[in-house]
Amino acid sequence: MPAAGGLMAEVSWPELAEIVGKEYLRAATAADAIDGIEVQRVAEPGTPEDLAHALRWAHAAGLKVAPRGGGTKMGWGNPPVACDLVLSTVRLNRVLEYAWSDMTVIVEAGCRVADLQKTLAEHGQRLALDPLWPERATIGGILSTNDSGTLRARYGSLRDLVIGITVALPDGTLAKSGGKVVKNVAGYDLSKLFTGALGTLGVIVQAIFRLHPLPRQSRSLSFSGTPESLNQLLLAIQASKLTFTGLQLRAAQGSAHLDVRFDGTPAGIEAQVKQLEQMAGSVAASEASANVWTSHETIWEGATPALVAKFSVLPTQFAAVCAQAERSASAQSLAWKIVVQNVGAGYARFGGNTNEQSLRNAQLTLREEITKMGGTLVALGCPVAVKRGLDVWGAPSDAQPLMVRVKQRFDPDGTLNPGRFVGGI
Amino acid sequence: MEARILNEFRAIVGASGLITEAEQLSTYDCDGLTMFRVLPLAVLLPTSTAQVQGIVRVCHREKIPFVARGSGTGLSGGALPVANGIVISLTRMNRILEVDLPNQRVVAEPGVINLTVTARVAPEGYFYAPDPSSQLVCSIGGNVAENSGGAHCLKYGFTTTHVLGMEVVLPDGSLVHLGGLTVDRPGYDLTGVFVGSEGTLGITTKVILRIIKKPEVIQVLLAAFNTTNEAGAAVSGIIAAGMLPAAIEMMDNLAIQAAEAAVQANYPNCGGLLLVELDGPAPEVETLMEEVADVCTKCGAWEIHVAQSDAERARVWTGRKAAFAAVGRLAPAYIVQDGVIPRTALPQVMSEIVRLSSEVGLRVANVFHAGDGNLHPLVLYDNSVPGQDKLAEKLANDILRLCIKAGGSITGEHGVGEEKKMFMSEMYAEPDLATMQLVRCAFDPENLSNPDKVFPRPRLCGEKPGVYEPHPLEIAGLAQRF
Repeated sequence: MPAAGGLMAEVSWPELAEIVGKEYLRAATAADAIDGIEVQRVAEPGTPEDLAHALRWAHAAGLKVAPRGGGTKMGWGNPPVACDLVLSTVRLNRVLEYAWSDMTVIVEAGCRVADLQKTLAEHGQRLALDPLWPERATIGGILSTNDSGTLRARYGSLRDLVIGITVALPDGTLAKSGGKVVKNVAGYDLSKLFTGALGTLGVIVQAIFRLHPLPRQSRSLSFSGTPESLNQLLLAIQASKLTFTGLQLRAAQGSAHLDVRFDGTPAGIEAQVKQLEQMAGSVAASEASANVWTSHETIWEGATPALVAKFSVLPTQFAAVCAQAERSASAQSLAWKIVVQNVGAGYARFGGNTNEQSLRNAQLTLREEITKMGGTLVALGCPVAVKRGLDVWGAPSDAQPLMVRVKQRFDPDGTLNPGRFVGGI
Repeated sequence: MEARILNEFRAIVGASGLITEAEQLSTYDCDGLTMFRVLPLAVLLPTSTAQVQGIVRVCHREKIPFVARGSGTGLSGGALPVANGIVISLTRMNRILEVDLPNQRVVAEPGVINLTVTARVAPEGYFYAPDPSSQLVCSIGGNVAENSGGAHCLKYGFTTTHVLGMEVVLPDGSLVHLGGLTVDRPGYDLTGVFVGSEGTLGITTKVILRIIKKPEVIQVLLAAFNTTNEAGAAVSGIIAAGMLPAAIEMMDNLAIQAAEAAVQANYPNCGGLLLVELDGPAPEVETLMEEVADVCTKCGAWEIHVAQSDAERARVWTGRKAAFAAVGRLAPAYIVQDGVIPRTALPQVMSEIVRLSSEVGLRVANVFHAGDGNLHPLVLYDNSVPGQDKLAEKLANDILRLCIKAGGSITGEHGVGEEKKMFMSEMYAEPDLATMQLVRCAFDPENLSNPDKVFPRPRLCGEKPGVYEPHPLEIAGLAQRF
């Protein structure tokens, strides 16, 4: 096993420059650091083969490697134990094969989400996902962080849309699984294994997705009320025959909203809006602006220091989560905000004029309550100093030893993102 | 099998849960793919997770391979026993443990029948979406193993879309919980890996399912074309118009004849029949159904009929779902394949199938999940004619090769199992298969859980995959390879 770190003086960077091209290997700057851990170099290979080659070289040299796409979520996870090299997919940015009549697309990992969507829109289609920061986030990045948005209410999350993947492993293997047909059960589904693995098993270099038609028309309504009344309305909508494509609850001190989106034919939308208004009864409805559907993004904005956590609970528990967020925040004199999708995944934000300890405390008390409910909470965005005092992922499950074994098979020497993932993986 | 081990098994499952008599064992010697048969040493019928754990611990200690089995309806030999091993039948673990309607969750044991889940929640207007044609008898555990699809997965997704988590007995007998009641749980998505792993990673003893609300309106349109190519063009037209039907199914003339003979589905006698099901809000379905009819007419449909009542719709689907069994009326034996192609390759692949079929002189009936390109060619033959079974097998294999060549897959929903494992190396390169083995080795390093299935050649878990590692002397430039 190569020694972890400690061999820096012996690293022969010119060898790596040979592999990726001189102009595509540069010294890292402070902006490349991950959670305060300084990086030596940034390499930008131009082909999947070069990337695999570079990864094999780094592995053989005993270096620690962090894969990077658009770099929008490099702060997610625990701080890495060490990181010598950032392996960037920025040059792997092509749409390789867009079979619009088959409604599938093969795309390189470094392609930005918005760029892909632009290509797909030319044929009236889309990848039915609205992840965070699509102008900057890449396909490989959203896959590795399992970042879905509001459309999952109807189309499922990334795991339901990715149908094939190609990855580079630390030993230099380039392997694919799945393919370009939507229905395919030949072999293990590595696309799902790599979705949400935070780059700890290998580097995604290419992915294949199933696509959906762009909606003919879209209309959204918002309701105001208490978290309790809106949680009830949300459950009623879920239990109805309405075919919404977005359903989310937004809440903060003293205010709460429920947003509902319908896509489809004008007649279909109109009929559904009528049914919805009847169902809502006395709860006041108003036409919603399109930007309510970027609330999962705007919750990241605002005064710092702040902490943004992703949580997942059952739909019947949303009001209880809001109540606990209120308790956790007020105990620390913090402000709070929540946006949660009907499937149960959401973000909570604590902020205000505050210090690290109060952020940590608020997060821990909310996590404790959510864990009691059977849910999970992961701290995603927060100052490094806050992270240092906690495991951002929370307690691992009884599957942790198995996950460690998976990690050991794919990355036996801990080359990729050491320490950033669940339970110290 | 040694008496001491049998005694241990008997102590775990009781005398009524252990089968060792050859006549009784033969019930389990194959699954729905009857051409492969192997008699296991014993069959065990546990009734609880603890019993499954007990059995697997013994297997692990004694290095006895085991094959988990649900209803035995699989079509790729996935539940084929191994000669020196046991079968663990999960049919007695058939309770629905929990129904949570507000959160749309059902927790079921693996032996629960697929349709039972829907039956349980239907009074409240819900259903369990994956609907393999065998749904009246196939089990949830088997669906998980195979990642079963069905006609409606075009819109609603496969088993993997609807499984949120599960309890699994790993091949060393330990118990783990993958996923859970809530989505996006931290850690690797091992639920996603386990679903579709064909019993090679362990045994699931509890499955958390997602159920969904029945749509307001469901309509099925039948369109009769002269050829499957015309029908195929209509499928492309429907998709290009931006519609996502709940299902699009196609049958050729031979399949129609079979279905008619078997269940009198009242299909028009034509060269290519299309079934298009739309669901959703009534005004939307109405508008889109007119568009579908337009597309079909433009592509040459000479009869279009929309099933008006629930009863008529049910009859239309009965015909489609009975198609496999129905071709038994056309020939004494048949092989069903499960290849997938990109939808647009349909005309080209169809004409190749016709060519191959006439070359060999065997008839091929075609039933497709046309919306997602999943073909089910049924190669008809007479097993009393010497050599015809081999010809049929070769034809079926050639059809699979066509699918691979068209950029598709060897299986869309039936699984690789025993039947198609040799094709895995035609579909995937060696490094792809070696990488899949890494998963296998993490779950089952001793290769005990349904060994020798799915992959063409079992790799020992200590074995290094085929990636070339340069010698340090080479790296240093002191040596060279010729």
